[in-house]
Amino acid sequence: METKVVTLHINGRTHQIALPPNRTLLQTLRDLGYTDVKNGCEKGDCGACAVLLNGKPVNSCLVLAWQADGAEIVTNGGLGDQAHPHVIQEAFADAGAIQCGYCTPGMIVSTKALLDRNPHPTDEEIREAISGNLCRCTGYVKIVEAIKLAAERMAAAKEGR
Amino acid sequence: MGLYKSKYTAKPLPPVDLPELRVVGKPLRRVDALAKAVGKTVYAGDFSMPGMLYAKVFRSTVPSARIKRLDVSKARALPGVACVLTAEDLPDGKLVTDIPGQTGQKVRKGSLTSVLARDRVRFVGEPIALVAAETLEIAEKALEMIEIEYEELPGVFDPLEAMKPGAPIVYEPDNIVARWKIRKGDVHAGMAEADLIIENTYRVPFVEHAYLEPEAGVAWVDERGVINIRVSTQVVEHFRSIAKAVGVPQNKIRTIGTMVGGGFGGKEDITVEIFLALLAKHTQRPVKLVYTREESMMSQSKRHPFIITHRTGVKRNGRIVAAEIDLVADSGAYPYLSPYVLLYAVVMATGPYRIPNVRVDGVAVATNNPFTSAFRGFGGPQAAFAYEQQMDAIAEALGMDPMEVRRINYLRTGDTNATGQVIESAAWLEETATRALEALGEKEPDRGSVKIGRGVASYFQSYGRITWLHDTSRAWVGVELDGTVVVRSGVPDLGAGQVNSLAQITAEVLGVPLDQVTVYSTDSALTPLAGTSTATRQLYMSGNAVYQAASAVRKVLLDRASKHFEEDPKDLDMAEGRIFVKHNPEQSISLAEMAQICAAEGLPLSNLALFRAPFTDPLDPENLQGRVFPDFTFGAQAVEVAVDTETGEITLLKSVACHDIGRAINRAAVEGQIEGGSSQGLGYALLEEYVMEEGIPKTVTLSEYLIPTSMDFPPTKAIVLESGSGKGPFGAKGIGEPSLTPAAAAVANAVADAIGVRIHELPITPEKVLEALKRIK
Repeated sequence: METKVVTLHINGRTHQIALPPNRTLLQTLRDLGYTDVKNGCEKGDCGACAVLLNGKPVNSCLVLAWQADGAEIVTNGGLGDQAHPHVIQEAFADAGAIQCGYCTPGMIVSTKALLDRNPHPTDEEIREAISGNLCRCTGYVKIVEAIKLAAERMAAAKEGR
Repeated sequence: MGLYKSKYTAKPLPPVDLPELRVVGKPLRRVDALAKAVGKTVYAGDFSMPGMLYAKVFRSTVPSARIKRLDVSKARALPGVACVLTAEDLPDGKLVTDIPGQTGQKVRKGSLTSVLARDRVRFVGEPIALVAAETLEIAEKALEMIEIEYEELPGVFDPLEAMKPGAPIVYEPDNIVARWKIRKGDVHAGMAEADLIIENTYRVPFVEHAYLEPEAGVAWVDERGVINIRVSTQVVEHFRSIAKAVGVPQNKIRTIGTMVGGGFGGKEDITVEIFLALLAKHTQRPVKLVYTREESMMSQSKRHPFIITHRTGVKRNGRIVAAEIDLVADSGAYPYLSPYVLLYAVVMATGPYRIPNVRVDGVAVATNNPFTSAFRGFGGPQAAFAYEQQMDAIAEALGMDPMEVRRINYLRTGDTNATGQVIESAAWLEETATRALEALGEKEPDRGSVKIGRGVASYFQSYGRITWLHDTSRAWVGVELDGTVVVRSGVPDLGAGQVNSLAQITAEVLGVPLDQVTVYSTDSALTPLAGTSTATRQLYMSGNAVYQAASAVRKVLLDRASKHFEEDPKDLDMAEGRIFVKHNPEQSISLAEMAQICAAEGLPLSNLALFRAPFTDPLDPENLQGRVFPDFTFGAQAVEVAVDTETGEITLLKSVACHDIGRAINRAAVEGQIEGGSSQGLGYALLEEYVMEEGIPKTVTLSEYLIPTSMDFPPTKAIVLESGSGKGPFGAKGIGEPSLTPAAAAVANAVADAIGVRIHELPITPEKVLEALKRIK
């Protein structure tokens, strides 16, 4: 199959790789070592593979790598690490919102996108924002709490509290 | 019909003496949480190795057939294909589908099957051949080049049909996979004594686990000749069955578990392990195998459909005097854990009620459906759906309040259940049910065609394995010379916080902050075997093992410190990394210094403990009288629903679950189990059905098989009670499975309360509501 050299800016690093046209962004990210992007269904049903593509949340299994040529991609792993976790990541850990953890990276990506456009979401807006991210462990209760906690902490940080 | 009162008031709890602890019971951030939050945790499908091959499984597309011809020569010849294996290549490739064993229990007859189908396939998705290739694309291409011809055979897809004479035999000798019976008292005399006999039949469907992480693993042969399998599993002890299937000694298979991306019983049976081990052995290269979502849903186990008939004899005063219960379970195409799931359902079939005269007959039947096996609750949710609806049906027939009928019949501590087992721990049935109902608050009024109803369901559910399986768990705890602590335990962590619980227990006993404890887990070679993460057993079993090991190390430290301080050991305590004199806490020494003193004197700073559950002999399957389980968890769920009688639409308005969990080791984790278990139970009630048509699965994606999303249900409020009466560490019981058990029955009762007619079959869909309403018009 014909390949094309694609440029991907992922979590602040630039990769140039030759890829066939049918390779999804999900496969590409995981092959490059971004295994925090999870494969749950490859059909866009579960949201485990969500990443930010030019700031917008997408299921990376539904995007072809060619379509992401030149794009800025942020995965959950790009938001923070154990030494310097993102406020949302820390809130998920503190609120007990993580059980098996497999849906978590996608959940946090959806949360980031939500709080970027709406820093003070209602419960209903939170539930709507993560409705494409399936979780089989938590019943979403503590995930919603974690997102509210993250929003509070981000607001507090902004006000310098 | 308004069976329920609009308000219930809970009585005060009996007094309990629960000492305040320093680490246990606190809602601390779980030790695994931050790594998962930042995506650092490496799951089974995330590993790669140099020179690794990619595997795929060739599976049957028909439910019942003879394999006339299987030709893999073209696939083998494809450049980049390293290996293709069929049953021909595995003369002894037998898979034990029986209960995963640690102690070499007898294997049930008929539970051996071929790893790869030899000449006969019995369900859609049955594995027939394995491919390993240089890339995933080549492996996929090779699958397409495998040629197969089937001679389709008559199949049987309904367990009732499968029991009839002349039905196609799924596998020899007949379609009866297992039978269990309870005979207690004199059921005929009991029925004769009854004022009223109430009979109903309840049905539940196939259900899919739908964990977010599909089955995955990587295997390689190391320099010792050991086949290492890094895999997402609930059971690292499968290494023994894997060794048998692959034909190597048991010490040549090592199972290294990973953090599991959800299990719920679906990763209790062997999944990818044997395929990986065979391919690694044949190619002597690392091999990776990850199931696709469709493959996972099509080929792996399901929750058992059951048909359960209750015939209950009651007195006018609400007392149950006799129960006759018949259960038929669809075991699917292979036995797996069906005999045991059936046993659980039979033992729990009466519900948590005192019934003097009982007959229960359970049968598990083979069909050409997907095989059914463990799923959170293990027969308990099916049984509860029936017995708790039956309680409300009894209340309705007697014109009594459903809580009053329950209260009269609830088991109490010291009573015996249907198998004659004495209830030894607190049985807070009324306490949990009334608290759940009370927390619903005032009932909303009906709004025109939208009728509001509420319902409750109580349950009892075992924690710990069947006592004749002689369950054990081992754990190692050691203190390092800087005062930090290491725990080694084979426990697989499914996300419920199994590892964190062990860390919190150890931190409590040794008086160190939680972040000073490092836990190594789930490695069949390097961590002491802790048994399966199933049966709601790990907190009970491995929690106790860790408690024992940590306590032994504590004793060494305190005995030596008693010399140091010239104080009695019982006057010393440990907290915040220091050993101190209780009446004078200023007098203290750091754990690090004391560890160094002990090390210099050759005192043991580590301990390997073995915890044993009660051991009993197997019961007579003709009457099942005696102990079956170590103990039970008791609790209840109450819900309020709105049912639109014009459209049939059901909206869950409120949900409260109240469980006595004995003692919370981590309160947030307990609540998480209750909220998540409830969500799965509510999905069972209203959404979920794995649809089969003549053996062909119709719901193999997550857009066809619907699990709850964030938009489907309001949060379940978790009320956590602590009786301190459990057999786990610090009086803990188990909550993993029990949290799911009552939800579906509570919803069914609430729907009946709303519309005045009972729906006896899950899931409760708008179509079934409209059908039921037609019946009463």
